Amino acid sequence: MSVLKVRNLSKAYGGVQAVSNVTFEVAAGELLALIGPNGAGKTTCFNMLNGQIAADSGSVEFEGRALTGLKPRQVWRLGVGRTFQITATFASMTVRENVQMALLSHHGRLGSLASIATRACVDEAEALLERVGMRAQADRSCAVLAYGDLKRIELAVALANEPRLLLMDEPTAGMAPKERNALMRLAADLARDSNIAVLFTEHDMDVVFAHADRIIVLAAGELIAEGRPDEVRAHPKVREVYLGSGAMYGATHA
Amino acid sequence: MTAAAILIQFLNGLASASSLFLVAAGLSLIFGVTRIVNFAHGSLYMLGTYIAYSLIEHFGRGPLGFWGAVLLAGLIVAAFGALVEIFLLRRIYAAPELLQLLATFALVLIVKDFALWVWGPEDLLGPRAPGLGGAVEIAGRQFPEYDLFLIVLGPLVLAILWAILTRTRWGTLVRAATEDREMAGALGVNQKWLFTGVFALGSLLAGLGGSVQIPREPANLFMDLSVISDAFVVVVVGGLGSIGGAFLAALLIAEIKAFCIGIGDVTWFGHVLSFSKLTLVVEFIVMAVVLVIRPWGLLGRQQSVPRSSGAAEAPLALPSRTAVQALVALLAALALVPVFFSGYALVLLIDIMVFALFSVSLYFIMGPGGMHSFGHAAYFGLGAYGAGLIVKSGAAMEVGLLAGPLLAGIGALVFGWFCVRLSGVYLAMLTLAFAQIAWSVVFQWDAVTGGSNGLIGIWPAPWLASKTAYYYLALAGCATGIFVLWRILYAPFGYALRAGRDSPLRADAIGIDVRSRQWGAFVIAGLAAGLAGSLSAFSKGSISPESMAVPRSVDGLVMVLLGGIQNLTGPVWGAALFTWLQDAVAREIDYWRAVLGAVILALVLAFPQGIAGYIGQFIESRRVKSAGAPA
Repeated sequence: MSVLKVRNLSKAYGGVQAVSNVTFEVAAGELLALIGPNGAGKTTCFNMLNGQIAADSGSVEFEGRALTGLKPRQVWRLGVGRTFQITATFASMTVRENVQMALLSHHGRLGSLASIATRACVDEAEALLERVGMRAQADRSCAVLAYGDLKRIELAVALANEPRLLLMDEPTAGMAPKERNALMRLAADLARDSNIAVLFTEHDMDVVFAHADRIIVLAAGELIAEGRPDEVRAHPKVREVYLGSGAMYGATHA
Repeated sequence: MTAAAILIQFLNGLASASSLFLVAAGLSLIFGVTRIVNFAHGSLYMLGTYIAYSLIEHFGRGPLGFWGAVLLAGLIVAAFGALVEIFLLRRIYAAPELLQLLATFALVLIVKDFALWVWGPEDLLGPRAPGLGGAVEIAGRQFPEYDLFLIVLGPLVLAILWAILTRTRWGTLVRAATEDREMAGALGVNQKWLFTGVFALGSLLAGLGGSVQIPREPANLFMDLSVISDAFVVVVVGGLGSIGGAFLAALLIAEIKAFCIGIGDVTWFGHVLSFSKLTLVVEFIVMAVVLVIRPWGLLGRQQSVPRSSGAAEAPLALPSRTAVQALVALLAALALVPVFFSGYALVLLIDIMVFALFSVSLYFIMGPGGMHSFGHAAYFGLGAYGAGLIVKSGAAMEVGLLAGPLLAGIGALVFGWFCVRLSGVYLAMLTLAFAQIAWSVVFQWDAVTGGSNGLIGIWPAPWLASKTAYYYLALAGCATGIFVLWRILYAPFGYALRAGRDSPLRADAIGIDVRSRQWGAFVIAGLAAGLAGSLSAFSKGSISPESMAVPRSVDGLVMVLLGGIQNLTGPVWGAALFTWLQDAVAREIDYWRAVLGAVILALVLAFPQGIAGYIGQFIESRRVKSAGAPA
């Protein structure tokens, strides 16, 4: 069953058609990669899904509910998790507190003036940190962590509201090549375990072809190909768009 | 109004716009390039007026003496500005925004006392401009020739600035640095001298703005703050960093003011509506409206987020057992004070406790909330007046203690709704605008608030009439207030507030409504500041409009920043030190403001983290050292 249905999504900036008529679906437990050369409209497409930018036309449905016009925080309340291309964490808080914030918000307890924030949802937070392998660092400040660790924390935060859909924008950007695969494998395992639908954009083709169940390819704002990794790899239009960029080179050796 | 009257008011507006534009353009230029909001810009203007006065006295009142003095005064102020930039600002460009503000405010204090020392407290009116001393007849009315000169001066300066900025290499560099300071630096622009040059040019404009006023307005010691608040409004309405915007805004505000004076009193449905009294607030109303509709000003653009925002704050740890014990000991010591002391010591301690609560409430929105308020005194004042007015109307004092904070809370609810829609410098300016509006209402509403005289005879209930009894009430009220504010910061509400400050993007993405969180914090801080105001009113027995004027807001900022914004107890120490210093120094020394300014400058240069922040770092480094090298 499709968790996310995107129909004829379009967005223009001035005279530039950033995204035109894009249609796709993501099913529960499925990892769908959204790829394309620089400037293909991936990030625009992505930000329209969770309400950060408004679409010109088209519809986005999550479990049958229209997401169009909702604010990011409302989209989150429906059960959509999100990680950012450049990590966004609360720098004045510890690792555990970052996760606790998401949990408190999920349980609707953030308005409390009386309880002690750091004593709430401790076990739940630690369990989430355990899942992303960050439990040992729970008491460290987010300001001093390595970038790869912040990515893991974002993942834990994104899982706090028990999402049925996870949107990951460039989850491995800025990480060392070795770490990238590890992080994506972690995300893929978590998603399959909990039957979460995942949509992610990614530059690293090794990561994409190793972990995605299905791939959609954007070029100049249009969806040019869709299918399983081997189908996309062989797709003539994809070869046309990517050939010579060298991005596929590593994949043939993978 | 007749057509002739309208024309004359229009010309009056144009004449006032010029001087306003000169000051605002300088402020805007300096902000654009250095990102420093120069609180001392009004002081530079004041210096310009005073220096021009003295030079004219020295050179004589001939054409050469007058015009030479006006120009030379501008140049002297420019040189002073350059020195300030080189010896002070250069050291603090990397410091947090608020410390820079504090440093420039220290300059305000020093320059004010310097002017008092050199020129004395009397207003000094300069001579008329030779050759322009008369009046011409326009539409059947007399219009001063000098004002015609001012009308020409504004557009002329605008044209010259435009030429410098677009036609010279230096101007190109200034525009580049305004656009992207880091990139300009990376491309090899010598920032040091560029900054000095811009600061000198801005100071020149301020100095000239002041010196050309000499035939119109007597030099006096209150020009600095009145000019700076006008200039802030103009710059914010026009858009920070935009010279054209500053011109447009100066014109708009000066014209609206001129017409308010021209219209005078109007009777509407039997009520007399005084437009001339509106001049005190009308610019702030314009600013509030513009900021809500166009948050970046008429011609401004959204500020790029600076790439380095200083070191992140350490996570908020629950207080250690030792810290709790120390606080309990402090409370016990305070409770024992009346046993050993009486009279003045108690009065001073009540003041300190009241300001500690005020300063913690300001810290509440500035630190964890990330909202820099320049107008927090409004809530202190509303608290004081709310309590005073209800007692004057016959209610019991205990009711007053509830009504005061309530009125302040309602004020914060209304003003806060607008404020949380903005951020950074714009938010700060809007808080200042609302404080100014509140102050003006209190200052002018003679029938209710007693106007400039304020309210007297606001005494506590009989059972609290002795100083000792009132001391215990103040101690209980302030300690409870401070404790509640601290406690909220440890609660999920406080954490969510900090989350919104740390990363609005992430906060939104995990379902936190950052704006309503900030709004809530604004109201809580308003209630607490109102309690401080009410307690202060009953302690003094009187309330004056000064309790909510701009200097009081600045006092609050100084207290918070002295203590350090990164530490919960900082604002308390800052308030204690500031209040004690003010009290001790003001009684001993004539020029206490200058001493205070010098102390602030020394503290800013020596402890950019604030006192408590510094002590915290010191303890931390000792702890790390004694723990030895990690295995």
